[in-house]
Amino acid sequence: MLFYSYFKTLVDKEVVVELKNDLAIAGTLHSVDQYLNIKLENTRVVNQSRYPHMMSVKNCFIRGSVVRYVQLPADGVDIDILHDATRREARGT
Amino acid sequence: MATQTEDDTTVKEPLDLIRLSLDERIYVKCRGDRELRGKLHAYDQHLNMILGDVEETVTTVEIDDETYEEIIKTSKRAVQYLFVRGDVVILVSPPLRSA
Repeated sequence: MLFYSYFKTLVDKEVVVELKNDLAIAGTLHSVDQYLNIKLENTRVVNQSRYPHMMSVKNCFIRGSVVRYVQLPADGVDIDILHDATRREARGT
Repeated sequence: MATQTEDDTTVKEPLDLIRLSLDERIYVKCRGDRELRGKLHAYDQHLNMILGDVEETVTTVEIDDETYEEIIKTSKRAVQYLFVRGDVVILVSPPLRSA
């Protein structure tokens, strides 16, 4: 549940979600669930010219399993908290 | 038999080895001929990770139409903070000395 809790702290922040099919979508994180499914608002495709079919999509639901990376905003990362949470989580499992 | 007290330095399973690399630079080989080098800030049992100051290297092999020789190309990209989904991870290691 570590990353589920972490992503909840990123709600309303700007992220770029890179999918496994190489599509990169920038948007505001609206919500996340335990599967790390993501709902984005105000979405825009990073490479507009290459993926014109997404131009009219402004809000989307992304299945967690198709995500490759999520680029995180610098102000959304507190590395001390992440390190502590990771050590606690690693010990439990 | 005395009960073992778990502490942060006990290494019992492979995930414990990764714990030793927390806050250290690591090398991650990913699916799709990709490699990541960055500082490990967080991970879980799925190998979902958060890396900092990351460099991604994507390797592609092009085949010349006439000579049929393989042209190996790499492209790199730098990202400040990156969440990596665990199911793309193949291996995790300390950075290779030659890098």
